[in-house]
Amino acid sequence: MSILINKNTRLLVHGITGNEGLFHSIQMVSYGTNVVAGMTPGKGGEWVIEGKVPVFDSAKVAVEATGANTSCIFVPSRFAADSIYEAADAGISLIVCITEGIPVQDMMRVRNYLDQKMVRLVGPNCPGLLTPGESKVGIIPGNIAIPGNVGVVSRSGTLTYEVLYALKLLNHGVSTCVGIGGDPINGTNFIDALTMFEADPQTEKVVMIGEIGGTDEEKAAEYIAGHMTKPVVSFIAGQTAPPGKRMGHAGAIVEGGSGLAVDKIKALKAAGVRVASHPEEIPSLLF
Amino acid sequence: MKLHEYQSKQIFSRYNIPIPKGRVATTADEARHIASELGGRVVIKSQVLVGGRGKAGGIRLAKDPHEAEDVAAQILAMEIKGLPVRKVLVDEAANISKEIYLGITNDRSARKPVMMASSAGGVEIEEVARTTPEKINKSHIDPLLGLKDYQARNIAIGIDLPKQHWKVFIQIANGLWRAYQDCDATLAEINPLVITEDNQLIALDGKMLIDDNALFRHPDLAELRDLDVEAPAEVEARKYGLTYIKLDGNIGCMVNGAGLAMTTMDIIKLFGGEPANFLDIGGGAGSDKVAAAIRIILTDPNVKVVLFNIFGGITRGDEVAHGILTGLDEVKPHIPMVVRLVGTNAEEGRKLLSDANMITAETLVDAAKKSVAAAKSEKAGR
Repeated sequence: MSILINKNTRLLVHGITGNEGLFHSIQMVSYGTNVVAGMTPGKGGEWVIEGKVPVFDSAKVAVEATGANTSCIFVPSRFAADSIYEAADAGISLIVCITEGIPVQDMMRVRNYLDQKMVRLVGPNCPGLLTPGESKVGIIPGNIAIPGNVGVVSRSGTLTYEVLYALKLLNHGVSTCVGIGGDPINGTNFIDALTMFEADPQTEKVVMIGEIGGTDEEKAAEYIAGHMTKPVVSFIAGQTAPPGKRMGHAGAIVEGGSGLAVDKIKALKAAGVRVASHPEEIPSLLF
Repeated sequence: MKLHEYQSKQIFSRYNIPIPKGRVATTADEARHIASELGGRVVIKSQVLVGGRGKAGGIRLAKDPHEAEDVAAQILAMEIKGLPVRKVLVDEAANISKEIYLGITNDRSARKPVMMASSAGGVEIEEVARTTPEKINKSHIDPLLGLKDYQARNIAIGIDLPKQHWKVFIQIANGLWRAYQDCDATLAEINPLVITEDNQLIALDGKMLIDDNALFRHPDLAELRDLDVEAPAEVEARKYGLTYIKLDGNIGCMVNGAGLAMTTMDIIKLFGGEPANFLDIGGGAGSDKVAAAIRIILTDPNVKVVLFNIFGGITRGDEVAHGILTGLDEVKPHIPMVVRLVGTNAEEGRKLLSDANMITAETLVDAAKKSVAAAKSEKAGR
């Protein structure tokens, strides 16, 4: 078992004919992900990846023709919100949005719309999902993780790879890695991922990688204290970040005294979470 | 991106929010002209993008055009918190009987915009939120529906606004919502919204923050960016699609990915060093980008050592190595360099750098320790 994606995932890639979309679709196919369709308006009827994957003009037609159940979005930020609506309206139940830089008001409308439709979004501005040995949706390098019992959830990209790699070096395998993304408004938050990991029989322990900005880590700490039976290890990035400055990620900013790393660490420790002082310490805290 | 008071108020007035009569001036002479056009008392307000203008002496009254000229000359010669005053707003002075706060911002946890109002206007809303949170009336706005009249009316009732002002208040609240939405603002604030002695509601001050990610659909707003508030190196970095933030330490950092860049700063500090900057070269950074990043890091004279921490995913190690070599060749720095390359094509990258006389590191901890040691011996050597 795993969460969100597995061997039965049938993936539709939005923006499959673009540079990044195509590059990562090839990576996903070679990892074993079942990429059943791509879509780029105006490129319908073409085939990509050695003629294996059909391209459609619309998500609706792609879903009808191929039975796709999951979407991965690589389209540029100005069109990405539209792609999310299109996937949701086509009947897709899980949408993974990689795109960075979507306007925050677009994301507020998207999120409020999806909540009415009961569609799960992961991201945006995220590296996506990886269930080692089964499927990957997004851009996480497949070779840095092995199958196992550690669930990983993170707001970051390369920092997540760093943690996966540190786990692999010490033979810790991963059930599923969920990149929830660095934007202030996202589809899936820590509590959503923790809830799924708690219910997943394969997952025995969880690594949660947070960063400055917002209060999602504090809320996760409350959830962990009240609902989690599985041990959680955490790392919070941005302890040295100056207030009022956006640290790359749109959501990584300390504003009005809120979103500080020190408060998040305190809340997590109080909830019984082992908090690592740096990423390479994480494997040693997983016992 | 922050807008100036006069820019925010101009936008507000397009949405039927009453603002004082007035115009912006760049010289004392202009200020005198505007004051004589307005007649009567005026207020001269420095237009700089920092808080505390009033306390710094950047907002002053003038009783006639002659005094307006003098005051404007003085304010235009000021620097407030390191920022030069290039413009002053000359506004008709209002006779204030009450000050209210009204603003809209994004509530991250509710995933909705929130309208906030308080009968304690004129002061920092964060201060009110901290000391007397019960004085702030909050109302979440459904982003798919927009602000409804009943919500605005309930806010007016919630802050004990006299009934005679409800109609205009609803008009102002609606205008503020539309301005916030149409401009892709992350904050639209009227502080204070005043009731004058002759019972008019006027937006005396205005502030807007615009979502940088939405500027592609607001070319008119993008042009309003004031480069004074940003360090030149930060502006330069943006040109290359890099995010650079200067800090006070002496270990320069170049990292791919924002989370890893923050972590690299943290781990330097953990092992007794001080990071000189945050720098994210982003995903798939080519050699031109890397070279620009090195140039930008080295514009900071405090930098005694540079740490390159690259985890190859989309970013390829060999490509980054080429960039580092190009950058070093161009800048020819005489300080130690520590490099850690892991992931996609890291092996090839390390080979390319083997002749470049760099200190190599295997792990994050190793890289941090070596950088801190190099910075300390560099300091001792001078």
